[in-house]
Amino acid sequence: MSGTPKLSPRTRTISIVPGRRRVRWGATLSVVLLAGVGLVALVSPMLSDAATRQSVLDALLPPGSPGHPLGTDELGRDVLMLTLAGTGSAVVGPVIVAAGSMTLAVLLGTIAGYVGGFVDGVIGRGVDVLLALPVMLVALVVAGVFGAGYWVTVVLLIVLFCPSDIRIVRAGVTEQAPRPYVEAAQMLSLSSSRIMFRYVVPNTWPLILTNVTLNVGIALVALSSLSFLGVGVAPGTPDWGRQISDGRGVMGDNAAMLIVPAVLIILVTMAINVLGDHLGTRLRERGIQ
Amino acid sequence: MIVVRLFGVLAILLVISFLTFSLVYLAPGDLVKNLLGNRPASPEAVAAIRAQYHLDDPFLLRYLDWLGSAIRGDFGQSIRLQQPVSTVIGDRLPNTLALVALAFLIALATAIPLGILSAAREGRFSDSLASLLSLIGLSAPSFAIALLLLYVFATLLPIFPAYGAGSGGFDTLWHLVLPAVALAAGIGAILMRLTRAALLRELQSDATTFARARGLREADVQVAALRAAAIPIVTSAGLVLTFIVGGTIIVESVFALPGLGSLLQQAVQFKDLPVVQALTLLIAAVIAVITILIDLSYLVLDPRVRAKGLNR
Repeated sequence: MSGTPKLSPRTRTISIVPGRRRVRWGATLSVVLLAGVGLVALVSPMLSDAATRQSVLDALLPPGSPGHPLGTDELGRDVLMLTLAGTGSAVVGPVIVAAGSMTLAVLLGTIAGYVGGFVDGVIGRGVDVLLALPVMLVALVVAGVFGAGYWVTVVLLIVLFCPSDIRIVRAGVTEQAPRPYVEAAQMLSLSSSRIMFRYVVPNTWPLILTNVTLNVGIALVALSSLSFLGVGVAPGTPDWGRQISDGRGVMGDNAAMLIVPAVLIILVTMAINVLGDHLGTRLRERGIQ
Repeated sequence: MIVVRLFGVLAILLVISFLTFSLVYLAPGDLVKNLLGNRPASPEAVAAIRAQYHLDDPFLLRYLDWLGSAIRGDFGQSIRLQQPVSTVIGDRLPNTLALVALAFLIALATAIPLGILSAAREGRFSDSLASLLSLIGLSAPSFAIALLLLYVFATLLPIFPAYGAGSGGFDTLWHLVLPAVALAAGIGAILMRLTRAALLRELQSDATTFARARGLREADVQVAALRAAAIPIVTSAGLVLTFIVGGTIIVESVFALPGLGSLLQQAVQFKDLPVVQALTLLIAAVIAVITILIDLSYLVLDPRVRAKGLNR
């Protein structure tokens, strides 16, 4: 792949592997979609007022009504505004969950993989216990029983996502540890922390990047499922999961309330997964590993 | 080996039981108030409840008490339903089992053939199409799929019922179709990807080349590759299991199916803590048992593992 710079993308896709073209195309499309959603998420706090404005007179308008392209719900809230304003909590939390849990995991996983021995054992057993139960179950029970808000739920998810990240980082580090460059660094009697975080971790970068991307998608599904079940986001707050849950009551009058955010969640998660897979293959092809 | 694993699993279950108990101990809210509601309570009534639920005993004693009863199958009373927790769970178990079984059947019947087709026709249009389908199934949250199905097949085209579990027999089966399809989408997507990847790896292996070189029929070659590919597929069943637990909670809530998932969701919502404790522990135990069964299944599936196990 990387050794054929003179071929135009078109000839390359036709000649070597049919189907590759769809993948690259998918990645481009995904980046465009995610960039758009990211922009909306940035401005969404400003839309919150317009989204929560209620009006009895405008209640339950169907899509296509003047001034309300996607109609309104039973409280007269504009569905388009509600969806746009809900982008923030749908997208920002998952990014923080993925980045936060990977940061923790790089710290703990690198130490476990590089130092080994007793420390590795302790971290490993902790990971075993946390992985014994599904993330969704623990998140629902803990956040629900304590009545946790949005940010507490995000922190909880960071803790719950961490164990699988630790396993991945640890595997990457144990694979790097016996390599000559590590031995060379040890011969120079560099400190362990310097070897770990300056030399070993950067070499596991492809692994880390791919998993953070894929985790954003998993976290998006988890967070929106929780808010759909009534955990995490306070009632009345614009949020996709919550909006879909509210939309069940007005399904017969204005199905857009439910369908638009549901389709958006599916599309955004698909885009994230396509991008993650693409990153994984590209980085592996370049042989950074 | 198996014995060591068994002890490991028991240890993890013990830790989880302790964590669930602490969780409920730390949870905000007052059990006495929950039980009495807004009725004015005499000090005698409060004292009676505190004695009945051993609220004045030290933490460790209460934990051991609870664990002892739990092992005997007694999880106490549901605060919300005023019935023994074991009865509540027993009543809803059949619905969940039927739902999961049906979803699993649908997933197996679609995903494995699609995965095989996809691997056999790698890179062609049908492969791309199948991969796109699995991508959708893998990405879409269960509640989004469940609600879209509900909207299309129960509201727009009223073919299937929207809510509840029906009145038993065929009616229940009919009520379970939409929820099972919603649950099967995710399971199927995982299975399809695994099947495709595992089969592709096997078809490119030396064993396959050798089998072809020996002049075996292509069908026989593919059956042999499929059997070898079965091991990574079964190994990853843990992934599917995790998905099923989360998916069942959501799908049952969407379709108002009286099963264990919706029971857990309601118990969390109403702070019905004995039910939450019992269900969490039960799910952990079921997952542990299935994990061990998966380990044992290698012995059946892979003669190489069997041979090693005997030599040890």
